[in-house]
Amino acid sequence: MTALPLQTPEERVSYLNAGHTLRSWFLTTDHKRIAILYLVAITGFFAVAAVGAALIRLQLMTPTGELLSHEGYNRAFTLHGVVMVWFFLIPSIPNTFGNFLIPLMIGAKDLAFPRLNLASWYIFVGGGIFTLYALIAGGVDTGWTFYTPLSTMYANGHVLAVIAGITIAGFSSILTGLNFIVTVHKLRAPGMTWGRLPLFVWSHYATSVILVLATPVLAMTLILLFAERALRLAIFDPSIGGDPLLFQHLFWFYSHPAVYIMILPAMGVVSELVTAGARKRVFGYWFVACASLAIAGVGFLVWGHHMFVSGQSPYAGAIFSFLSLAVAVPSAVKVYNWTATLYKGEVVLDPPLLYGMAFVGLFTIGGLSGLMLALLAIDEHVHDTYFVVAHFHYIMVGGAVSGFLGAAHFWWPKITGRMYPLVWGRISAGLIFLGFNLTFFPQYLLGYLGMPRRYPTYPPEFQALNVLSSAGASVLFVAYVLPLVYFTWSLRNGRAAGANPWGASGLEWTTPSPPPKHNFEQIPVVDRPAYDYPLTRARGDE
Amino acid sequence: MNPFFQAWPPEASLHAVRVDQLFIAFSALTVLLTAPVFVLMSGFALYYRRGRDVDRTQAPRGNWRLETVWTIVPFLLALIFFGWAGWLFFDQGHPPTGALTIDVVAKQWMWKFEHPGGQREIDELHVPAGEPVRLVMTSQDVIHSLFLPALRLKQDVLPGRYTSVWFKAGLPGVYALRCSQFCGFDHSVMAGRFVVMTPADYSRWLQQAGTDGSLAWQGFQRFRALGCSGCHGPASTRRAPKLEGVFGHPVALDGGRVVIADEQYVRDSILYPAHDVAAGYAPIMPTFAGQVSETDLLALVAYVKSIGTAAPSQEAGR
Amino acid sequence: MSEYVTLREPYAARRQQSDADFLGMYVFLATEAMLFGALMCLTFLYRTQHPQASALAAQHMQLWIGAANTGILLTSSLFVALGVLAARHGQRRTTAGMLAGAMALGVVFLTLKGIEYGLDYRDGLMPVIGHPSPVRQGPAGLFIDLYFVATALHALHMIVGLVVLGTAATLVLRGAKRLPGQAVVVEMSGLYWHFVDVVWVFLFPIFYLARG
Repeated sequence: MTALPLQTPEERVSYLNAGHTLRSWFLTTDHKRIAILYLVAITGFFAVAAVGAALIRLQLMTPTGELLSHEGYNRAFTLHGVVMVWFFLIPSIPNTFGNFLIPLMIGAKDLAFPRLNLASWYIFVGGGIFTLYALIAGGVDTGWTFYTPLSTMYANGHVLAVIAGITIAGFSSILTGLNFIVTVHKLRAPGMTWGRLPLFVWSHYATSVILVLATPVLAMTLILLFAERALRLAIFDPSIGGDPLLFQHLFWFYSHPAVYIMILPAMGVVSELVTAGARKRVFGYWFVACASLAIAGVGFLVWGHHMFVSGQSPYAGAIFSFLSLAVAVPSAVKVYNWTATLYKGEVVLDPPLLYGMAFVGLFTIGGLSGLMLALLAIDEHVHDTYFVVAHFHYIMVGGAVSGFLGAAHFWWPKITGRMYPLVWGRISAGLIFLGFNLTFFPQYLLGYLGMPRRYPTYPPEFQALNVLSSAGASVLFVAYVLPLVYFTWSLRNGRAAGANPWGASGLEWTTPSPPPKHNFEQIPVVDRPAYDYPLTRARGDE
Repeated sequence: MNPFFQAWPPEASLHAVRVDQLFIAFSALTVLLTAPVFVLMSGFALYYRRGRDVDRTQAPRGNWRLETVWTIVPFLLALIFFGWAGWLFFDQGHPPTGALTIDVVAKQWMWKFEHPGGQREIDELHVPAGEPVRLVMTSQDVIHSLFLPALRLKQDVLPGRYTSVWFKAGLPGVYALRCSQFCGFDHSVMAGRFVVMTPADYSRWLQQAGTDGSLAWQGFQRFRALGCSGCHGPASTRRAPKLEGVFGHPVALDGGRVVIADEQYVRDSILYPAHDVAAGYAPIMPTFAGQVSETDLLALVAYVKSIGTAAPSQEAGR
Repeated sequence: MSEYVTLREPYAARRQQSDADFLGMYVFLATEAMLFGALMCLTFLYRTQHPQASALAAQHMQLWIGAANTGILLTSSLFVALGVLAARHGQRRTTAGMLAGAMALGVVFLTLKGIEYGLDYRDGLMPVIGHPSPVRQGPAGLFIDLYFVATALHALHMIVGLVVLGTAATLVLRGAKRLPGQAVVVEMSGLYWHFVDVVWVFLFPIFYLARG
């Protein structure tokens, strides 16, 4: 059959034009539309948190920082941390790309509980607006970690409102994780065995396990914090018999697995980017799949590495140190497997692969600094300094945000039906890699030199490195704005993308771009393994 | 110290030198484990670019032997460092006996130090080089953390509890002293000077620094002023445990437990006497919570410590 | 029978849909288990650190009200189980009646709880309000505060459970959900109620029973 001339996305019937009213968007149960709702929301939250970052880096250009008062700076980094962690990083990949792609990848018409999915979005936005209002109207100056007794007895500001907002958003996380778990168990197409699932789905499954098991502990922590601050219940307050370390244990029991919530989805994305970029099946499929589960499992056992100098027993510290080294092993396995995937592949250096490679480079550096932090004697020096700040930004920004942008550059044509100019995609990947290292590598040095974190002013001998870091941040800013520009441009002017512009494997690429509302006219029957390269279908559009 | 740029933090003790060695060695390991990834990833991406006529036959799907090797070998290498770092860390948890004990009280936003002879300092800590020094620390309000970068040490300072750290500074000089646990507005200026002096200079400094009497003597004054000697003194008619020879020794508690009488035990006995009652005694001691400051408590602890070295009497514990 | 079950999007088979519903409820209950589990672990840890203070605090709990409530809640779970059985057999009125019976017992539980809180207030155990008794000082006070947080959270879940059971009973009685094809709504409600019961079965010994 001769191919029909390509219709523009506007002409083709797809989920995007199945209804144009506001109601059809805000009361949708289509997972793809909900993904877009989430995308808009998290982009907004990212912008707000980025303003916090800008204030921080501007303040730190000079040792005596004239831009903000001490209180203003404390509020800026609290806003930055709270919004980035809970309202950008945790939902970023799962609620946008996970929502959009999981049903498509497994051959289902939607998630297991579509209405719950919509409820999730409303809960998320509600919690977010509430928190944002509190952070901006009065501000909170406790840091995103809310250590007691500072947050319960000494901090001014809208602590209660912020933690209420975070708890509300936590319910959204739990419902998302629940939805994904049931979907992957019950809605796989015939023939889509666990061994044929794309690694993106495995990662999201592992992430969902953490979401449902860890987030309730955060809820309990925040409930107790709320009770202590509002009702003067004595739980963490030592002056009335409480124990401030209890708070730290409870808080980190959630917050450490939370960082795996942030990174596992990005790793899942990278598995897709690397296999598609090399046109080759992944090296060691089961090792990578099980590594996701291992990270999720062992990740629950390492929380005490945030507390080596807190007054915790040194024997407990030793156990946590050992386990923290162990949890790095499955991550390393993934990195080696991705590298080996490129061997004897047919590599095309398009933006998705470049973002995947940026992820591997930056995540590896960040992960190894994590190993350093896991070593007790080193942590005793660099804990609570810029060394830690550099470490987690390498993972979260260098890793998770690169993964997010890589996903955007890979699946944009599928989501919108439009292709963006590849040249600009490559430029932004390069700028991000450069700008990121310029911003955050100096911070490793600052930390080892002894500059503590959460300092609005600092000794003058640290200025050179701080200025370097702020300069890098301005490059990074440009690098993040660029994709916004050309993605928006592509919505009107981009070349219409066909079903499979990258020639990638995966059920999502067998649907038109953008996909129809119900994904598949007929549920596909799967009889090939994952990453079945070379593809039997001809590369190109249908 | 160059005011504009610092290339490496000063090493003021042997421990600092050892930590730096560990750090550099581990950095070398990380380069060893990372470089192949960078090199191979970029190498493969370029060498196997589409359109290049290279051998792509028999591309491996996996190799469980290789996977096992690259899983286990890096982990074992890392474990060597785990042991090395752990040994350094534990060494810091066990001060030698007879170390010079300096009390530290942190509050928003200043550090108060008190030497055993009663000399007090604010935001400055003078110590003798070459001698083990032990810091016993508590906070009056929120959690702070004493950070001495030149020693590669920090320890959180908690309200309601004593935490401690010890060191042996080697190189006389003036170093940084900072707070490294976020504690509110002036967290970044809760800093000062850490002055390491030769033992001779330190003795001279002690003499010319003002003192209201040694810490233990001050504690004895408080002991009498608060009425403690009414029950614990030799002429008491109440049945209360004698405190001579108690410090540092095991104490049998009501209910069968045995604890070592350390600083925390003495502090808790003054503030929460009903918690850990000594075996064989009635729980009649009143609490002094609200009547004693952290400085008072440290002085009382110093006093009880000073009489703890006497031979244990018949009634001290059981 | 099967024609009463409407297949929701995106399901292709009844069995698939009901499996998904059950798995979803189990996962949800797992999250609730982590919520209460965190609190119970905290309390347990606290007990081991301060055994005497905890025992002292436990002695001031209203043991008999707690014990009566345990029995009441277990009995209400029996009613719920019978209601689920009736739903599977398509017995509309029996189902609604059993659920109503469980709800009535739930209301009795909450009433007794209210009386108990009143007694706690009288004894000066309540935080914030009333004249604090000397028991509230120190670690014993913390144990008492944990008791209030745990039981208040549990009571909140009980109230939600009443709403859930009431909704299920009403839907079944009015025929909006036809039995036994659409019995899943009763099954799900039952699972939730049983879980709230199980939480109490753990709370009771942890807070009331170890009195030293």
